[in-house]
Amino acid sequence: MDDHSDTEVFELDRATWDRLVEHAWSDHPYEVCGLLGIQPDGTIEHFPIDNAERSMTYYVMEPTQLLRAMRQIEDEGWRLGIYHSHPHTHAYPSATDIRLAAYPEATYVIVTLQDRDRPGIRAFAIRDGEVAEKRLVVRDDRAA
Amino acid sequence: MPVVRIPTVLRKHTDGEAKVAAAGATVREVFASLVAEHPELEDSLFDGDAVRGFINVYVDDEDIRYLDGLDSPVEEDAEVAIMPAVAGGAERSEHARRPRSAGGAERSEHARRPRSAGGAV
Repeated sequence: MDDHSDTEVFELDRATWDRLVEHAWSDHPYEVCGLLGIQPDGTIEHFPIDNAERSMTYYVMEPTQLLRAMRQIEDEGWRLGIYHSHPHTHAYPSATDIRLAAYPEATYVIVTLQDRDRPGIRAFAIRDGEVAEKRLVVRDDRAA
Repeated sequence: MPVVRIPTVLRKHTDGEAKVAAAGATVREVFASLVAEHPELEDSLFDGDAVRGFINVYVDDEDIRYLDGLDSPVEEDAEVAIMPAVAGGAERSEHARRPRSAGGAERSEHARRPRSAGGAV
């Protein structure tokens, strides 16, 4: 039996879950990316950002869109989520994801479309090259 | 005096400060002031004389790669933002092994055509 007592929880509302999957499909088979601003009450602001590489295996957030979203998230005091899609592989940080992770405070969210009928999302912290998965809890929008 | 926005990952070098005032009329001068005050930032920001490839630098809303790189002018009330690029991907690729050289003119061409894969990243 899994023991989640030490595992950080990352809450995602259903509407955001749907938006992330929809965004991932919107430019399939290319990777998509964006930021999430997580407000204290759990409301999530979604910032889709262009993948400047438009690659099937790599993403770079378009720098000006990145600045604007990041600045708003920081100035509002929201917590940071960084997401991208893996169109053809599972939702786990790749060696590239780990090597380039420069935001230790962020939750890294990966959307997989590997199984076309069952998109998946997982959440991680990546700090100093170490990956720690968070327990993703999807809550219905009107749940208490 | 211009203010420099410091990313979380570098705040260990600025006593936790998210914004630091630093004098200068160009990005180069502002960074010189910043590093004089917080010497440990130098290694994180610079690779030789150039800004490290993986660091985005902006003056207000403009990426300095679209301006004059480190020679971009900075007004007294400007904000200079330092922001690590956000990148990754499912596979290790050639692009990922070649970090961008910040401030280099060779990047402008790529930046204006963001949809063309194979750019100077």
